[in-house]
Amino acid sequence: MDNEFFGFHAIALQHRSNRNEILARNLAHADTPGFQARDLDFAEVLAATESPTTLRRTHSTHLAANSNAMTDPALKYRIPTQPSVDGNTVETDVEQAAFAENVVQYQASLQFINGKIRTLRHAISGERS
Amino acid sequence: MSMLNVFDIAGSGMTAQSVRLNTTASNLANAGDVAGSADSAYRAKQPVFSAVYDTFGDGANVAVRVTGITESNAPVRALYQPEHPDADADGNVWVSNVNAVEEMVNMLSASRSYQNNIEVLQTSKDLLLRTLSLGS
Repeated sequence: MDNEFFGFHAIALQHRSNRNEILARNLAHADTPGFQARDLDFAEVLAATESPTTLRRTHSTHLAANSNAMTDPALKYRIPTQPSVDGNTVETDVEQAAFAENVVQYQASLQFINGKIRTLRHAISGERS
Repeated sequence: MSMLNVFDIAGSGMTAQSVRLNTTASNLANAGDVAGSADSAYRAKQPVFSAVYDTFGDGANVAVRVTGITESNAPVRALYQPEHPDADADGNVWVSNVNAVEEMVNMLSASRSYQNNIEVLQTSKDLLLRTLSLGS
Protein backbone atom coordinates (compact mmCIF):
# COMPACT_ATOMS: atom_id res chain seq x y z
CA MET A 1 0.00 0.00 0.00
CA ASP A 2 1.61 3.27 -1.03
CA ASN A 3 0.85 6.77 0.07
CA GLU A 4 -1.10 7.51 -3.06
CA PHE A 5 -4.12 5.66 -1.80
CA PHE A 6 -4.56 8.04 1.11
CA GLY A 7 -3.29 10.93 -1.01
CA PHE A 8 -4.01 14.33 0.40
CA HIS A 9 -5.27 13.01 3.73
CA ALA A 10 -1.91 11.53 4.68
CA ILE A 11 -0.22 14.91 4.09
CA ALA A 12 -3.00 16.70 5.95
CA LEU A 13 -2.71 14.37 8.94
CA GLN A 14 1.06 14.91 9.10
CA HIS A 15 0.53 18.66 8.94
CA ARG A 16 -2.10 18.60 11.70
CA SER A 17 0.21 16.53 13.86
CA ASN A 18 3.07 19.03 13.37
CA ARG A 19 0.78 21.96 14.02
CA ASN A 20 -0.48 20.29 17.19
CA GLU A 21 3.07 20.19 18.47
CA ILE A 22 3.77 23.83 17.61
CA LEU A 23 0.58 25.01 19.30
CA ALA A 24 1.37 22.87 22.36
CA ARG A 25 4.76 24.59 22.49
CA ASN A 26 3.14 28.03 22.35
CA LEU A 27 0.80 27.14 25.21
CA ALA A 28 3.61 25.69 27.32
CA HIS A 29 5.54 28.97 26.89
CA ALA A 30 2.62 31.22 27.80
CA ASP A 31 4.70 32.69 30.66
CA THR A 32 8.22 32.59 29.22
CA PRO A 33 9.65 36.11 28.74
CA GLY A 34 10.62 36.86 25.15
CA PHE A 35 9.09 33.72 23.69
CA GLN A 36 7.60 34.26 20.26
CA ALA A 37 4.53 32.27 19.29
CA ARG A 38 4.66 30.49 15.93
CA ASP A 39 2.23 28.73 13.67
CA LEU A 40 2.25 26.68 10.47
CA ASP A 41 0.78 28.04 7.26
CA PHE A 42 -1.03 25.15 5.59
CA ALA A 43 -0.94 26.73 2.11
CA GLU A 44 2.86 26.90 2.29
CA VAL A 45 3.11 23.36 3.64
CA LEU A 46 1.03 22.11 0.74
CA ALA A 47 3.06 24.08 -1.82
CA ALA A 48 6.28 22.66 -0.39
CA THR A 49 4.88 19.11 -0.57
CA GLU A 50 3.90 19.52 -4.21
CA SER A 51 7.22 20.99 -5.32
CA PRO A 52 9.84 20.40 -2.64
CA THR A 53 12.86 22.69 -2.87
CA THR A 54 16.06 20.71 -2.50
CA LEU A 55 19.67 21.58 -3.10
CA ARG A 56 21.34 19.99 -6.11
CA ARG A 57 24.21 17.76 -5.02
CA THR A 58 27.11 17.50 -7.44
CA HIS A 59 29.00 14.91 -5.43
CA SER A 60 27.80 11.80 -3.66
CA THR A 61 29.49 12.80 -0.40
CA HIS A 62 27.76 16.17 -0.21
CA LEU A 63 25.39 16.49 2.67
CA ALA A 64 21.71 16.64 1.91
CA ALA A 65 20.20 19.93 3.08
CA ASN A 66 17.37 18.44 5.04
CA SER A 67 14.96 21.12 6.02
CA ASN A 68 15.00 21.72 9.71
CA ALA A 69 11.66 21.94 11.47
CA MET A 70 12.57 25.34 12.92
CA THR A 71 13.71 26.79 9.58
CA ASP A 72 10.65 25.61 7.68
CA PRO A 73 9.38 28.61 5.65
CA ALA A 74 5.81 27.59 6.46
CA LEU A 75 6.54 28.08 10.16
CA LYS A 76 5.69 31.72 10.72
CA TYR A 77 5.62 34.05 13.67
CA ARG A 78 2.32 35.03 15.15
CA ILE A 79 1.52 38.77 15.14
CA PRO A 80 0.11 39.55 18.58
CA THR A 81 -2.93 41.76 19.04
CA GLN A 82 -1.69 42.87 22.45
CA PRO A 83 2.08 42.41 22.83
CA SER A 84 3.20 42.09 26.41
CA VAL A 85 6.00 44.10 28.02
CA ASP A 86 8.32 41.09 28.47
CA GLY A 87 8.35 40.35 24.71
CA ASN A 88 6.18 37.25 24.95
CA THR A 89 3.77 37.03 22.00
CA VAL A 90 1.74 34.06 23.21
CA GLU A 91 -1.94 34.88 23.61
CA THR A 92 -3.47 31.97 25.42
CA ASP A 93 -7.00 32.47 24.07
CA VAL A 94 -5.80 32.67 20.46
CA GLU A 95 -3.63 29.60 20.91
CA GLN A 96 -6.43 27.65 22.58
CA ALA A 97 -8.81 28.48 19.75
CA ALA A 98 -6.21 27.41 17.18
CA PHE A 99 -5.53 24.24 19.15
CA ALA A 100 -9.23 23.33 19.27
CA GLU A 101 -9.57 24.04 15.54
CA ASN A 102 -6.56 21.88 14.78
CA VAL A 103 -7.88 18.99 16.89
CA VAL A 104 -11.17 18.99 15.00
CA GLN A 105 -9.31 19.07 11.68
CA TYR A 106 -7.08 16.21 12.83
CA GLN A 107 -10.15 14.16 13.69
CA ALA A 108 -11.66 14.99 10.31
CA SER A 109 -8.51 13.71 8.58
CA LEU A 110 -8.68 10.55 10.68
CA GLN A 111 -12.32 10.12 9.68
CA PHE A 112 -11.46 10.43 5.98
CA ILE A 113 -8.64 7.91 6.26
CA ASN A 114 -10.90 5.54 8.17
CA GLY A 115 -13.44 5.88 5.37
CA LYS A 116 -10.79 5.00 2.79
CA ILE A 117 -9.78 1.93 4.78
CA ARG A 118 -13.40 0.86 5.07
CA THR A 119 -13.84 1.21 1.32
CA LEU A 120 -10.76 -0.91 0.72
CA ARG A 121 -11.96 -3.61 3.10
CA HIS A 122 -15.27 -3.63 1.33
CA ALA A 123 -13.54 -4.16 -1.97
CA ILE A 124 -11.40 -6.99 -0.55
CA SER A 125 -14.20 -8.91 1.12
CA GLY A 126 -16.48 -8.31 -1.85
CA GLU A 127 -19.64 -8.25 0.22
CA ARG A 128 -22.77 -6.67 -1.08
CA SER A 129 -23.76 -3.71 0.94
CA MET B 1 8.85 15.72 14.52
CA SER B 2 6.20 13.64 16.08
CA MET B 3 3.22 14.15 18.24
CA LEU B 4 5.07 12.40 21.08
CA ASN B 5 7.12 15.61 21.49
CA VAL B 6 3.97 17.24 22.81
CA PHE B 7 4.34 15.16 25.97
CA ASP B 8 7.86 16.49 26.56
CA ILE B 9 6.89 20.09 25.86
CA ALA B 10 3.71 20.14 27.93
CA GLY B 11 5.48 18.18 30.66
CA SER B 12 8.29 20.74 30.88
CA GLY B 13 5.67 23.49 30.97
CA MET B 14 3.93 21.78 33.87
CA THR B 15 7.21 21.38 35.75
CA ALA B 16 7.98 25.08 35.31
CA GLN B 17 4.52 26.11 36.47
CA SER B 18 4.77 23.89 39.53
CA VAL B 19 8.08 25.54 40.45
CA ARG B 20 6.23 28.84 40.20
CA LEU B 21 3.47 27.48 42.46
CA ASN B 22 6.14 26.35 44.91
CA THR B 23 7.72 29.80 45.13
CA THR B 24 4.26 31.33 45.59
CA ALA B 25 3.54 28.89 48.43
CA SER B 26 6.89 29.72 50.00
CA ASN B 27 6.23 33.48 49.66
CA LEU B 28 2.77 33.27 51.18
CA ALA B 29 3.94 31.05 54.02
CA ASN B 30 6.71 33.53 54.84
CA ALA B 31 4.60 36.66 54.34
CA GLY B 32 4.60 37.47 58.06
CA ASP B 33 8.24 36.64 58.80
CA VAL B 34 10.24 39.20 60.74
CA ALA B 35 14.02 39.47 60.96
CA GLY B 36 16.53 41.43 63.00
CA SER B 37 17.94 43.39 60.06
CA ALA B 38 16.83 44.64 56.66
CA ASP B 39 19.38 42.38 54.94
CA SER B 40 18.22 39.16 56.55
CA ALA B 41 14.50 39.82 56.03
CA TYR B 42 12.66 37.39 53.76
CA ARG B 43 12.27 38.65 50.21
CA ALA B 44 9.62 37.43 47.76
CA LYS B 45 11.03 34.87 45.31
CA GLN B 46 10.14 34.51 41.66
CA PRO B 47 11.23 31.87 39.10
CA VAL B 48 12.66 32.90 35.71
CA PHE B 49 11.44 30.90 32.71
CA SER B 50 13.28 30.50 29.44
CA ALA B 51 12.92 28.51 26.23
CA VAL B 52 15.44 25.71 25.62
CA TYR B 53 16.06 25.02 21.94
CA ASP B 54 17.01 21.41 21.26
CA THR B 55 19.75 21.78 18.64
CA PHE B 56 20.51 18.08 18.29
CA GLY B 57 17.17 16.90 16.99
CA ASP B 58 15.18 18.70 14.34
CA GLY B 59 14.96 21.75 16.57
CA ALA B 60 11.27 21.26 17.13
CA ASN B 61 11.41 20.28 20.75
CA VAL B 62 11.41 23.55 22.67
CA ALA B 63 11.09 22.86 26.36
CA VAL B 64 10.47 25.32 29.17
CA ARG B 65 13.25 25.55 31.71
CA VAL B 66 13.46 27.39 35.01
CA THR B 67 16.84 29.15 34.74
CA GLY B 68 16.86 30.65 38.20
CA ILE B 69 15.03 32.19 41.09
CA THR B 70 15.13 35.95 41.57
CA GLU B 71 14.38 37.87 44.73
CA SER B 72 12.18 40.93 44.84
CA ASN B 73 13.90 44.34 45.29
CA ALA B 74 10.89 45.92 46.93
CA PRO B 75 11.83 47.62 50.24
CA VAL B 76 11.28 45.66 53.44
CA ARG B 77 9.11 47.30 56.04
CA ALA B 78 10.39 48.27 59.52
CA LEU B 79 8.08 47.53 62.43
CA TYR B 80 8.64 49.12 65.85
CA GLN B 81 8.53 46.20 68.30
CA PRO B 82 11.11 46.76 71.05
CA GLU B 83 9.92 43.71 73.06
CA HIS B 84 10.71 41.34 70.17
CA PRO B 85 13.88 39.27 70.91
CA ASP B 86 15.22 39.94 67.38
CA ALA B 87 14.63 43.72 67.51
CA ASP B 88 17.65 45.89 66.59
CA ALA B 89 19.11 48.78 68.64
CA ASP B 90 16.28 51.13 67.57
CA GLY B 91 13.64 48.57 68.57
CA ASN B 92 12.73 47.71 64.96
CA VAL B 93 12.12 44.32 63.35
CA TRP B 94 12.00 43.96 59.57
CA VAL B 95 8.98 42.39 57.88
CA SER B 96 9.25 40.49 54.58
CA ASN B 97 8.36 42.36 51.38
CA VAL B 98 5.84 39.73 50.20
CA ASN B 99 2.82 41.30 48.56
CA ALA B 100 -0.07 38.92 49.25
CA VAL B 101 -2.26 40.26 46.42
CA GLU B 102 0.56 39.84 43.91
CA GLU B 103 1.15 36.29 45.13
CA MET B 104 -2.50 35.32 44.85
CA VAL B 105 -2.65 36.61 41.28
CA ASN B 106 0.56 34.74 40.51
CA MET B 107 -0.90 31.57 41.96
CA LEU B 108 -4.03 31.85 39.82
CA SER B 109 -1.98 32.49 36.69
CA ALA B 110 0.32 29.52 37.39
CA SER B 111 -2.65 27.28 38.11
CA ARG B 112 -4.39 28.28 34.86
CA SER B 113 -1.23 27.71 32.82
CA TYR B 114 -0.78 24.31 34.45
CA GLN B 115 -4.35 23.39 33.56
CA ASN B 116 -3.79 24.54 29.98
CA ASN B 117 -0.85 22.16 29.67
CA ILE B 118 -2.88 19.28 31.11
CA GLU B 119 -5.64 20.00 28.59
CA VAL B 120 -3.13 19.94 25.73
CA LEU B 121 -1.71 16.63 26.99
CA GLN B 122 -5.14 15.06 27.35
CA THR B 123 -6.30 16.15 23.89
CA SER B 124 -3.08 15.05 22.19
CA LYS B 125 -3.27 11.70 23.97
CA ASP B 126 -6.85 11.18 22.74
CA LEU B 127 -5.78 12.03 19.18
CA LEU B 128 -2.84 9.62 19.36
CA LEU B 129 -5.04 6.82 20.67
CA ARG B 130 -7.54 7.43 17.89
CA THR B 131 -4.71 7.33 15.37
CA LEU B 132 -3.53 4.03 16.82
CA SER B 133 -6.95 2.50 16.35
CA LEU B 134 -7.10 3.65 12.73
CA GLY B 135 -8.90 1.22 10.44
CA SER B 136 -10.50 -0.85 13.16
